[in-house]
Amino acid sequence: MDLSTTYLGFKLANPVIPGASPMCDDLSLVKRLEDAGAPMIVMHSVFQEQFEREEVAVARGMEQGQYAQAEAANYLPDPEQFRLGPDHYLEQIGRIKRAVKIPVVASLNGSTLGGWTDYAEKIEQAGADALELNIYNPVLDLELSSTMVEQQTLEVVTAVRHAVSLPLAVKLSLNYTALPYFARRLMLAGANGLVLFNRFYQADIDIERLELRRDLKLSTSDELLPRLRAVAGLAGRINCDLAITGGVHTKEDVIKATMAGASAVQMASALLNNGPWYLLRLLEELAGWLETHGYSSLSEIRGSMSLLRTPNPAAFERGNYMKILNAWESD
Amino acid sequence: MATTPRNIVTIDGNEAAAHVAHRLSEVAVIYPITPSSTMGELADDWSAHGRANIWNGVPRIVEMQSEAGAIGAVHGALQAGALCTTFTASQGLLLMIPNMFKIAGELTSFVMHVAARSVATHALSLFGDHSDVMACRPTGFAMLSSINSQEAHDQAAIAMAASLRSRVPFLHFFDGFRTSHELNRVELLSDDDLRELIKPEWLDAHRARALTPDKPVIRGTAQNPDTFFQAREACNSYYDRLPLIVEEEMQRFTALTGRAYSPYEYVGDPAAERIVVIMGSGAETVSETVMHLVARGEHVGVLIVRLYRPFAVDLFIAALPPTIRNIAVLDRTKEPGATGEPLYQDVITALFQARQSKSLPMPELPQVIGGRYGLSSKEFTPAMAKAVFDELAKPSPRPRFTVGIVDDVTHLSLSVDETFDIESPETVRALFFGLGADGTVGANKNSIKIIGDETELFAQGYFVYDSKKSGAMTTSHLRFGKDPIRAPYLIRQASFVACHQFQFLEKMDVLDRAAPQAVFLLNAPYSKVTVWDALPREIQKQIIDKQLQFFAIDANAVAKATGMGTRINTIMQTCFFAISGVLPREQAINAIKEAIRKTYSKRGEEVIRRNFQAVNQTLENLHKIPVPAYVTSNLRQGTFEQPQMPDFVKRITSVMMAGRGDALPVSAFPIDGTWPTGTAKYEKRNIAAEIPQWNPAICIQCNKCAFVCPHSAIRPKLFDPAAIADAPAGFQSMPYQAPDMPGLSYTLQVAPEDCTGCGLCVEVCPERDRVNPKDKAINMKPPAEIRDRQRANYAYFLDIPEIDRSRLSRLTAKTTQFLLPLFEYSGACAGCGETPYIKLLTQLFGDRLLIANATGCSSIYGGNLPTTPYTTDSCGRGPAWANSLFEDNAEFGLGILLGVTEHKSHAERVLKELSAQIGQSLVDELLTANQQGEAAIADQRKRVASLRRVLAEIKNPNAPLLDQLADYLVKKSIWLVGGDGWAYDIGYGGLDHVLSLPFDLNILVLDTEVYSNTGGQASKSTPVGAAAKFASSGKATQKKDLGLMAMSYRNAYVASVAFGSNDNQTVKAFVDAESYPGPSIIVAYSHCIAHGYDMKLGPDQQKLAVDSGVWPLYRYDPRQVTQGLPPLHIDSPPAHRGVRDYLQNETRFSMVEKIDPDRFKQLSLASVRNTAQRLALYKELSHIAYPQTNGKGI
Repeated sequence: MDLSTTYLGFKLANPVIPGASPMCDDLSLVKRLEDAGAPMIVMHSVFQEQFEREEVAVARGMEQGQYAQAEAANYLPDPEQFRLGPDHYLEQIGRIKRAVKIPVVASLNGSTLGGWTDYAEKIEQAGADALELNIYNPVLDLELSSTMVEQQTLEVVTAVRHAVSLPLAVKLSLNYTALPYFARRLMLAGANGLVLFNRFYQADIDIERLELRRDLKLSTSDELLPRLRAVAGLAGRINCDLAITGGVHTKEDVIKATMAGASAVQMASALLNNGPWYLLRLLEELAGWLETHGYSSLSEIRGSMSLLRTPNPAAFERGNYMKILNAWESD
Repeated sequence: MATTPRNIVTIDGNEAAAHVAHRLSEVAVIYPITPSSTMGELADDWSAHGRANIWNGVPRIVEMQSEAGAIGAVHGALQAGALCTTFTASQGLLLMIPNMFKIAGELTSFVMHVAARSVATHALSLFGDHSDVMACRPTGFAMLSSINSQEAHDQAAIAMAASLRSRVPFLHFFDGFRTSHELNRVELLSDDDLRELIKPEWLDAHRARALTPDKPVIRGTAQNPDTFFQAREACNSYYDRLPLIVEEEMQRFTALTGRAYSPYEYVGDPAAERIVVIMGSGAETVSETVMHLVARGEHVGVLIVRLYRPFAVDLFIAALPPTIRNIAVLDRTKEPGATGEPLYQDVITALFQARQSKSLPMPELPQVIGGRYGLSSKEFTPAMAKAVFDELAKPSPRPRFTVGIVDDVTHLSLSVDETFDIESPETVRALFFGLGADGTVGANKNSIKIIGDETELFAQGYFVYDSKKSGAMTTSHLRFGKDPIRAPYLIRQASFVACHQFQFLEKMDVLDRAAPQAVFLLNAPYSKVTVWDALPREIQKQIIDKQLQFFAIDANAVAKATGMGTRINTIMQTCFFAISGVLPREQAINAIKEAIRKTYSKRGEEVIRRNFQAVNQTLENLHKIPVPAYVTSNLRQGTFEQPQMPDFVKRITSVMMAGRGDALPVSAFPIDGTWPTGTAKYEKRNIAAEIPQWNPAICIQCNKCAFVCPHSAIRPKLFDPAAIADAPAGFQSMPYQAPDMPGLSYTLQVAPEDCTGCGLCVEVCPERDRVNPKDKAINMKPPAEIRDRQRANYAYFLDIPEIDRSRLSRLTAKTTQFLLPLFEYSGACAGCGETPYIKLLTQLFGDRLLIANATGCSSIYGGNLPTTPYTTDSCGRGPAWANSLFEDNAEFGLGILLGVTEHKSHAERVLKELSAQIGQSLVDELLTANQQGEAAIADQRKRVASLRRVLAEIKNPNAPLLDQLADYLVKKSIWLVGGDGWAYDIGYGGLDHVLSLPFDLNILVLDTEVYSNTGGQASKSTPVGAAAKFASSGKATQKKDLGLMAMSYRNAYVASVAFGSNDNQTVKAFVDAESYPGPSIIVAYSHCIAHGYDMKLGPDQQKLAVDSGVWPLYRYDPRQVTQGLPPLHIDSPPAHRGVRDYLQNETRFSMVEKIDPDRFKQLSLASVRNTAQRLALYKELSHIAYPQTNGKGI
């Protein structure tokens, strides 16, 4: 069965890409993923803010007590060579590249415009095949409008586009009021692909200790639906590859994503739960389903249920409850 | 013939000496000790980075368990034919003496470098004098003295050349701190220079003497009366030749470098009548003074002694001008009971011998007087040098004198004209007052290097620290000028004074050393409009009177805005360059940025970016403040003296607190180092940026805040509600919620002026405001809002009577906090992880506690003057504390126990003798009392009081004796306290020994897993994977399991505790240990700033250490064995958190990942494995109940 697809200009044997997760830190795991059929690997993001904080924390930790008393100039050794957050990440790109033959997509979350472009360049130099811009922007500022937020993101994409020649994917979160408009602007700014949607740490409330708790819960298939809707609404309407991430666990999820119009899906939670060989099984199941349903290739179903081609686009255009109301009316 | 250019750098004496020592060694074996530690650290650092010696090998650096160990290994390496060095000082050097005799006796080429430091006598001192090197005179080592950093560098090479050529080992020394820590310009010898100086044939000869089975010999034989003497004399010719060898090597050095050295150098008028003979940095001071006086037409001079051993009489005599009539010999040491200090005696002997051999250049023997100066880095100034010359000019100068102090007891001191000042007005002199935490010293070191690198100016930097580890004030003394700066004394008249912390103005006279028209730069939390009026009157007056130029900046605001936290260093540094005009502003700012880039580039762009931003925002926030013609302020400076101070504290301690200790005369001081306890409470340092405030509405009275407080600055109390009828308004209390003690009130009060603001109390507070969970039952607030009210409340609180200790039937973490802490307001670091244990110890047993304290952090915050944190209860009882040495603490404590036990036995004997008169029942009760628990102790104290009443009526010559000894009938609690450096390393032999003895000693090991006090060197307690000095890429081997080793004796009580994880278990362990009638040891996890994270998270990290299994909690109680139970009880829960979760929170571990992620992975895996193995072993042990014996075998 031909499961092949094209994503970010790469011809991939299948659309199921291991997504951003700690898996890319372990070279042997990355190799096993390749052996299990992974057509591409997406590394987890390097967060500018995080490693900058780490840098500051290390500097503070080392400066603690420095030159504060006669007996000790400082309390920790001061090595000449430090590998900082991005150094390790950049080295890991090279290691993965050397270990596997499949394309490697690095992922970046910047916190300043200069940071986005600097690190994008470094990632390109480190040998990544493509770059995913992980737009993660928890807006809490009362003075910051949605237009301003979108404008900032467009500036980032434009700047990175000018800085590097790598294929660019932009990974967005769920919370855009006018996604199609924004998606088109991103495309015009230079995005080659959109990855929908980011999942991120969400604070939970500990009702006994009266504290916020930050857990990363692995996804479930339930999370797929808003992604299907978003991709279906864009597929065929903008000149940009679409990928779904978040909630892709089963062959059915892959089929749905493809039918909605996704060129690729990213899978992390299912692989973390079930191990790399789960990918091989899923691909076999996917091929089996296509075969039993009389398809000759996966591309045949791509976009079949998109807004443009679905038999009942109203279901996407309006809410589900409308359909239910309609059902009432037709009674 | 140097082919490589010589670099000129600005470094301190330690670095200067280490620079040569490292390049001329194949092996260095060291042990950290102030002020020499940095030599070893630098050598280790250089080797870790692959820096080679001049023979292209990388020296191997090994840290040992003590200086005795280091010199033993040195001896071995030398015997094996390696080129070896070591660095040490003070007690460390003393520990090396036995081996030094051996090394010299075997004529072994070797140079050791010593940053000379006081030897502990009536007190320990970190600071510089020659008492340590003087103790080495009989060892047979040659002794070479350097007077500044350049010499420390050059003579390190000369000593090596002379040692290799002569075979005599060298002790090369320079003044601790004054030279070892002074930054100055040094021209570095190139590798080619060193290759030229050290001849290959000497190396061949050294190697040829190696012990090797390929050409076997035997050394270290035992010799007998028939031969030892002659054999000992066989080396004489080597010593006879040595002075000439040294002189020739100095001449070769001069030819190579142009820098002239001679074993005895005369400086001054060739026709001098009065000269001073001196060694060390003081020679610089005397030389400068001599030049000044000679220019005024005085016939004076100075003879600088470099080669002190062998003391070459002919060379010394040859260096003396024949016109001399009077000589003053200055010794930086004291030899009580001697006919004179050592150099004085040598000079007298040399002159006498010269006269006998008729080689005296002057017609008759000059008059020679001897004086002491500069003990423990006491200032030695040109004015003092002049005072010596003035004394020599008198018709009958004092034969023995001191200079630099006021001796109003034996009247030995010379009077000094303090106005005598010879410093060139061309020299810019800058003084900076900062806090340890604000980065002032680091920035100034940086400025010196910038000036050294960017200009032709000479620069000098010296840094003075106060005795505290938290909120410590630093004073930086910077000089720069067109001529070389040779002024090894503090600045007295500054052309630039910067005060980096506004609060210093409240009490300190920061402008007393400001010269007229000087610049005054102030960091003030005020605008340019309001800052003038915020100054105290005294400061305003000096600004006006001295016509100072006044500049101000709110540096903390700039630091905050630019993400620099409390680090105002780069901001104030930028101000200094902007105002001082040493460099053109633009050039200065570029240089600062370049220095920032150099310092921080390895740590990441973000740190650099923040610093740059701080620099950029500085100039727009720096303002020149117009100075009005009149004082306008209503504020007055406070004083350190308080009305309620006892007389001693008022006369002495408060003067020392005010930084005026130099002015105290000899008569002020105890003659034997005995000081009163309980004086820290008068210090009121007010160093906290925020202080806690209690909210009774939320409080659940758990007392965790009080338990963790490292400074005893937050305390609960239980009392009868009627007791506070006259409480000040706003004094808060609430009913005590405990069914077993109804009707009592509870309060929690803060010592607002003693708190360091560490925030531990708030961090551990478990209770949140239900409606506004941001708030807890205690919350940090700016002191300005609450300090005055809290001060009144706290004073009132202290006067509320303490609860009767025997009413607290169950001792828990909570109830122990109702016991009065007898350790308070120490100078320990904010957030210290050690002091809560010590405080607990004093709460539990303080009124009958004797502490033998090993040298280290706990001896410094426990007994570094001016103030003493151990204190007394209302009966005047409290911990008696003493520090002997670092290495002997267990033995010292054992000795105390033997003494106390003897007094008790003596009392018991007399008691029995007098039983008829005293009354048998009282005697029996006294002798058989079970003194377990507070109530039983209180009963015994009552019996002793009864005994005393009876004794007063008894007419027996032994009655007064028993009266004196009676208190020993109350059980004493003897504790040996120290850190892991003591317990695991240097003092382990003694500790191990006392554990093997059946005596009732208690040991508290404050385990920070590193040498904290000397700056984070690895100990055997350092865990695998932690970066520490001498383990900079992460320690490769696992932590020594001290507890397990102690358990192997099976007669010792052993506990492992971590209060942040289980404070009740900690209390239980302390109580168990004290009640156990044999040796007890508690190993206590103590978080530390050397771990590299915010100390307020210490308890969290302790919990994580326990929960991950890294630090298991247990108690091993041999008493269980007799009950058929396993003696080992594990108190920690099964490991349920990841070891890596623990590791990643601390910079000491995480930096290893930053240096080498693969190594970190390996080491963290090793940590996981070690943890699992240790837990498995303990688990097995905890199931073993030892078989009972019935006397006929098992």
